Amino acid sequence: MSGKTLYDKIWDSHLVNQREDGTALIYIDRHLIHEVTSPQAFEGLRMSGRAPWRSDANIAVPDHNIPTTTDERRQGLSGIKDPVSKIQVKALEDNCKENNILSLEMNDIRQGIVHVMGPEQGATLPGMTIVCGDSHTSTHGALGALAHGIGTSEVEHVLATQCLMQRKMKNMLVRVDGVLKKGVTAKDVVLAIIGEIGTAGGTGYTIEFGGEVIKNLSIEGRMTVCNMAIEAGARAGLIAVDQKTLDYVKGRPFAPSGDMWVRASEAWRSLVSDSNANFDRTVIIDGSKIEPQVTWGTSPEMVAPVSGSIPDPTLETDPTKKGNLEQALKYMGLKAGTEIKNIQLDYIFIGSCTNSRIEDLREAAQVVKDRKVAANIEVAMVVPGSGLVKKQAEEEGLDQIFTSAGIQWREPGCSMCLAMNSDQLGEGKHCASTSNRNFEGRQGFGGRTHLVSPAMAAAAAIHGHFVDVSKI
Amino acid sequence: MKKFVVEEGLVMPLDRANVDTDFIIPKQFLKSIKRSGFGVNLFDEHRYLDKGVPDADNSNRPLNSDFVLNQARYKGCKILLARKNFGCGSSREHAPWALDDYGFRVILAPSFADIFFNNCFKNGLLPIVLKEEIIESLFKEVEASVGFSLKVDLERQLIIPVNGNDIPFEVDEFRKHCLINGLDDIALTLENSNTIEQFEKGWREISPWYFSSTS
Ligand code: SF4
Repeated sequence: MSGKTLYDKIWDSHLVNQREDGTALIYIDRHLIHEVTSPQAFEGLRMSGRAPWRSDANIAVPDHNIPTTTDERRQGLSGIKDPVSKIQVKALEDNCKENNILSLEMNDIRQGIVHVMGPEQGATLPGMTIVCGDSHTSTHGALGALAHGIGTSEVEHVLATQCLMQRKMKNMLVRVDGVLKKGVTAKDVVLAIIGEIGTAGGTGYTIEFGGEVIKNLSIEGRMTVCNMAIEAGARAGLIAVDQKTLDYVKGRPFAPSGDMWVRASEAWRSLVSDSNANFDRTVIIDGSKIEPQVTWGTSPEMVAPVSGSIPDPTLETDPTKKGNLEQALKYMGLKAGTEIKNIQLDYIFIGSCTNSRIEDLREAAQVVKDRKVAANIEVAMVVPGSGLVKKQAEEEGLDQIFTSAGIQWREPGCSMCLAMNSDQLGEGKHCASTSNRNFEGRQGFGGRTHLVSPAMAAAAAIHGHFVDVSKI
Repeated sequence: MKKFVVEEGLVMPLDRANVDTDFIIPKQFLKSIKRSGFGVNLFDEHRYLDKGVPDADNSNRPLNSDFVLNQARYKGCKILLARKNFGCGSSREHAPWALDDYGFRVILAPSFADIFFNNCFKNGLLPIVLKEEIIESLFKEVEASVGFSLKVDLERQLIIPVNGNDIPFEVDEFRKHCLINGLDDIALTLENSNTIEQFEKGWREISPWYFSSTS
């Protein structure tokens, strides 16, 4: 008999019941809530006269559409200029109060992007099932938790029943072997994976990331990788628990302590796939060949190494793919054959749940230290992932490094990752961004996004175009 | 939830792969705290020539006459014919809300993004996966004949064209049952509340560390 994958183990331990057709009820340990996808769920609860099944399994935080300038933040709710955003943030506060749910309000130091806050507070624990009305919930899989994004109907379902109705996914292993080259980071690894398997490659699977490269990543780096599992089509990404995981979790506010810690950490050590576990699909990638990556199109799979150039759609034989390539190039205002290094940039955005943690900011700061942003860069900003990340960075003097280089230092939130607040990429402008999506209009109407690592974004800020960060 | 038994209507082709949720409804409309009224902003960035704002009057906005939804021949369409990986991107349910509010009842594609696929069923929309060749030939037929419509019979799991052969399709038994009866997931789950309570009790004993209170 073959053993179990990590996914199998977590699934089995949370299975409440399963119908013959395979639809299952899965118990949910943690539900994370933000302002955008929850109001309609709370409204649904109210309308049907239901109450949360277990209020204390929930934690809420506003992040998507709050302002990020210090001036606006100082004024609290009334500082939110957009009336529609203000209503949403207010609705979150009110709904949480009404339902006895912990909500970290906008100016609480613990506030941050929901996927940065969860692990930081120890609200994300190994072996948990975690859901949130946000597709990048896959991030939490870096700690060996089964975490996925859900829609608003499911948010309401989880609030009311503490369960999620689901079918089991298939198991995929993405193994990244070898040792990374200097200057190559977790972001480059995950972009390279997506380039390899495509944006639908993981559809129907839970992806476990493994191999030497993943083992050697820090927990924050692993979060970057799992964050983008959804960009490869997989609702959940997972990484086995090891000593690094336990060290990361220990001592966090909602993590167990004392005797409970001893028992919990003992149990968590078994959160790895058995050596004889069966994966439905295995993809092996040679990590030593990965270069810093840059997306040039309007889907994360449209990615190339920094030394590469933009592909030529006329060489594509599949008519749908060809059409997509042409559409992407048209939108991006780029020509086939252009070298990645010659793409001129206008904006730099360092932030988002992919890359706004302290290590990301250190990585970027190291590159810009004692340098200045290039003259053609109109806006460059760093948006830390949480109040605590911001504080830590300021204690290390990173804010000074950024501001003296000419980069804005903002308050935590999603910001220009999806441009729901006023942080928007201008029409037709090119942005080197550490976020996770380069869809049309994602960072602002008509904006052109290039996804890169924090170090690559920082280097691009200094040079005004992409450069190979491993060569500077 | 609206019941879905048989639906018949005009087919609108959207000849583009990887249509993402931002394409279906741009994020500025996510700021609403309501769940209805998104139909006028379906495909907003492609349908209109200017930028849409939430809660505004859309009746005088300049239309992009090249965009398929604005072509007279597809007025009143109910069935969306799409390409692979339809609905990729965000988990936001505004995408199916917008499609539903506009009047779509069925989406035909060779593949869908998982979360979107799920969300459709929860909102009374029927996503149907068909083989690439069938989708391809449907694109050709829609293109060739103005007024091309299809009947979708969920009970019998058949797509019935006016001329030509019926196309059978697969659908999850349980989802089919829920759609046909317009059943609400939460009520269904709460029928098992004893089982959930029992599970919870056992789980709390095995893994008490997941139950430390946050509130
Ligand atoms: S940072 Fe971007 S991707 Fe992450 S939760 Fe916020 S909007 Fe979504």
